[in-house]
Amino acid sequence: MIDKKSGVVKANTVILHTAALFLLPLQILFSVFLLLRGHDEPGGGFIAGLVASGAVVLYLFAHGVESTRRIMRFDPRDILGLGLLFGVISGLIAPFMGEPFFTAQWWTLYLGAETEIKLSTVLLFDIGVYFAVLGTILTVVVSLTEAEE
Amino acid sequence: MLFAVFSGFVLAALTPWLIGLVKDRIGWLLALLPLGLTFYFVSHIPAVSNGEVILQSWDWMPGLDINLSFMLDGLSLMFALLISFIGTFILIYAGSYLRGHRYLGRFYVTMLCFMASMLGVVLSDNLISLFVFWELTSITSYLLIGFNHEDKDARKCALQGLLVTVGGGLALMAGLIMLGMAGGSFELSEILNSDNDLLTSSFTVGMILCILAGTFTKSAQFPFHFWLPNAMAAPTPVSAYLHSATMVKAGVYLMARLNPGLGEHPLWTALLCSAGAVTMVLGAYLAYSATGVKKVLAYSTIMALGTLTMLIGIGTDHAMIAFATFLLAHSLYKGALFMIAGILDHETGTKDLTVMGGLRSAMPITAVAATVAGLSLAGMPPLFGFVAKEALFEAVLGAPWQGAVLIVAAVASAILVIAVAGAIAVKPFWGALGNTPKKPHEAPIGMLLGPIVLAFTSLLFGVVLYAPDTLLVAAAVTSVKGAPVDFYLSLWHGVNWPLILSIGSVVAGVTLYLLWNANRRILIKVNGAVSRFGPEAGYFKMMDGFVGIANWHTRVLQNGVMGNYMIVLVMTTVILTGYTLLSQHGFYLALNLSDMNFYEGAIALLLTIAAIYVILTRSRLGAVATLGVLGFSVALIFILFSAPDLGITQVLVETLTVILLVLVLFKLPGFSHYSTRFEIWRDGTVAVFFGVLMTLLVHAAIDVRYFESISSYFVQASYPDAQGRNIVNVILVDFRALDTLGELFVLAIAALGVFSMLNLRAEVKKS
Amino acid sequence: MAYVIGVLFASAVYMMLRRSIVKLVIGLMILSNAANLLIFTVSGMTRGSPPLIPEGLTEPAGVVADPLPQALVLTAIVIAFGVLAFAVVLIHRAYEVVGTDDLDKMKDTDT
Repeated sequence: MIDKKSGVVKANTVILHTAALFLLPLQILFSVFLLLRGHDEPGGGFIAGLVASGAVVLYLFAHGVESTRRIMRFDPRDILGLGLLFGVISGLIAPFMGEPFFTAQWWTLYLGAETEIKLSTVLLFDIGVYFAVLGTILTVVVSLTEAEE
Repeated sequence: MLFAVFSGFVLAALTPWLIGLVKDRIGWLLALLPLGLTFYFVSHIPAVSNGEVILQSWDWMPGLDINLSFMLDGLSLMFALLISFIGTFILIYAGSYLRGHRYLGRFYVTMLCFMASMLGVVLSDNLISLFVFWELTSITSYLLIGFNHEDKDARKCALQGLLVTVGGGLALMAGLIMLGMAGGSFELSEILNSDNDLLTSSFTVGMILCILAGTFTKSAQFPFHFWLPNAMAAPTPVSAYLHSATMVKAGVYLMARLNPGLGEHPLWTALLCSAGAVTMVLGAYLAYSATGVKKVLAYSTIMALGTLTMLIGIGTDHAMIAFATFLLAHSLYKGALFMIAGILDHETGTKDLTVMGGLRSAMPITAVAATVAGLSLAGMPPLFGFVAKEALFEAVLGAPWQGAVLIVAAVASAILVIAVAGAIAVKPFWGALGNTPKKPHEAPIGMLLGPIVLAFTSLLFGVVLYAPDTLLVAAAVTSVKGAPVDFYLSLWHGVNWPLILSIGSVVAGVTLYLLWNANRRILIKVNGAVSRFGPEAGYFKMMDGFVGIANWHTRVLQNGVMGNYMIVLVMTTVILTGYTLLSQHGFYLALNLSDMNFYEGAIALLLTIAAIYVILTRSRLGAVATLGVLGFSVALIFILFSAPDLGITQVLVETLTVILLVLVLFKLPGFSHYSTRFEIWRDGTVAVFFGVLMTLLVHAAIDVRYFESISSYFVQASYPDAQGRNIVNVILVDFRALDTLGELFVLAIAALGVFSMLNLRAEVKKS
Repeated sequence: MAYVIGVLFASAVYMMLRRSIVKLVIGLMILSNAANLLIFTVSGMTRGSPPLIPEGLTEPAGVVADPLPQALVLTAIVIAFGVLAFAVVLIHRAYEVVGTDDLDKMKDTDT
């Protein structure tokens, strides 16, 4: 795994290469699942964010920084900022409703007769946590790998 | 009123943009704001002089009794009018004075902020918001005094002013909080009108001392007067504004404001009268002995502040009338004189009065304005200054506390001030033409407007006494006294003691002025000798002392060896915690394996082995792998003991940590062994001590539970209130969401720190 | 468990006292693990009843593990990772600039 001469991580084995390609969407999907069920079952923003960043890091090791940046589309720092923004916004909604900062607000969205989705600032906040964790880890790892090259 | 206060801040924010738009005319444009405010406050005169008090309040932090509440009564109206009226001309004046200056925009931003905070001070009804504005004036005035920041002296003087006023501000905060507690409210209007007797509270003495420490430093009372003349390092428009109507008057304002509540206390009377009288005489004397035109004015400002303080201390009806009159008169003529000083400086190129003379032909308009303002300063009829001085003498004659001493002090300072007025308003313009560095010529209109308007307002108020009397002074006196006072002002009282004292002091003062040049040499000698023991010398000694202590402290404690810091920290923890633990709980160690099952035992053993192996191993890879084992074991413990969320998080983080270490750690050198045998033993002992302590601590903590944890509330409220079944997650994102948000920011900062460190390195490499 | 925590703390402190900068990082990691375990242990350890509310109930059935320390530790783990990342990069950078991994030689702030 470690090239002693340059210290650069090289993991261009075929298995990892292919596996990372398939695992990435699966892991991201799984992380979203963890995120959404987090309020009721083990999971939540922190864990989901970690899973997602694990997925991207794996892909990064297999395919390198360039390719990773391409599939991410956003700069990791933007993701981080987005997370913080979500967090702050979810807190700021309550004062507009005349309640103290960060009071949870719930709305129910009806989709047809049987299905309904519960939306809340809490969910928004959890999504913020998700993006912030993801952004943090990716910023660190991506800039570290870039610094090596 | 909220708008009145905050419009200044808003305009300050817009200034950089406006300055690009109108360039040199910026002063005229910005002056529209204080002009508008002047009209706004003028429109309140009828209501306020009828005895109305206008209260307005906006919630800020209602839970802490902190509101943005404002009160407009006679006293605050008078101050607000002075601030905005004089401010109008100062802004115009500064536009000419600093024409083409590189930092003109910066100057106006700070100046507007200062003006707004000053309005905040005099209009605030809430003690805490008053304090906030008070500190804002300190900070903005620091920036203004140090405006010529490339000049080392200016920086030093600004810092001195800041340290003295902010130091006093700290005491003031304590005093205001005590006042709030004693008065049962943080609203001034409620404190002063309630039946709570402030004088019998257990806080009273401490409260008075703390508040006065704040006001004395702000208003440059002896022995804190030394910062004010040094603050003359500021550009003249700043001095003219800060030292005529605003900054230094804030302390006077607060004392006057609190006088109805605290005025009866003997300590209040004694301190105000004595400090005021000493400051008054000292200021007058120093003004007479100084030669720099701005220094002279600065010292005469100190004298005026002393007078005002003393008048509040005397506290009779007459004293209150004199206070309000003198305040108004002083603000008007001192603003004018400072601006004239700036003109002299600007147009002749020197600040030294000794070389000025005969300027009246070159600058006739300035000369007229200076004469009018100077006469008002000297207290000559028919100017408003004369009315103020008469009122002052009358107040002192009726002073209940140490009346005789105060009379002597008042007359002495009056004599000196007349001489000073001569030096400032007559000497530069009459007599032989002085030899000045620049060829003198008349100042531009922007600079002349202020002195003319202010000087002639002094004249107008003196002649048409009815106007200031009924409009402003009466209402102000009512609010300082706490009850309506029946009086009227007049130029001619008939032949009485005040008039005799006035005439006597005029004669003596003129004599002193004629001796102005002759006395120079003696005065310089005396002042040089005294200054070595003055309070300013004390200030510098103290600053040197601080630096000395800091040096010593750094040498001993911050010696740069990381290991020493660690050992001190760890051992302090061990000793303090250990002592408390042993004395409270006793030494208690039990190894109870009975309720432990096989898996748990195995994990515990694994953890122990891993921890010891990390210490002993010489290979980095081994250490990192062992760390992995350690981390995963911890994760297993979390999962076994019903914390699935923790377990998952730990596993994921552990994985990422290993990746991180692989990325970075292997670029560092291998383990180096620098330690001597002694160090190993020493560190080992420290570590063992710490380990034992933590073990004992865990044992003790498992047994003891001092109070009911809040968790049971979280458990119960989780589903009904927050609609979540995973209680850990609910705590994170709902109950304690603010904490979590804070943690996200920590993460963000760490990530950006890493990013910038790495990118910085990239740049270094490139270059 | 108390003993395990004791051993962890002891080895963390020992590692942090070494002059080698790499050992400092490792000490830091052990320390954060030890601290997390400490909080977790002190709050009382409950087996097999995670703080979840089953479907259809409004309160958990029976006694569950204390959720508060779990929430604390969960954030602590993530924060520790952030801090560690920062420390590791900082140390790497310090090593590059100063050219030594001996903490005792990194005394002057101006190097």
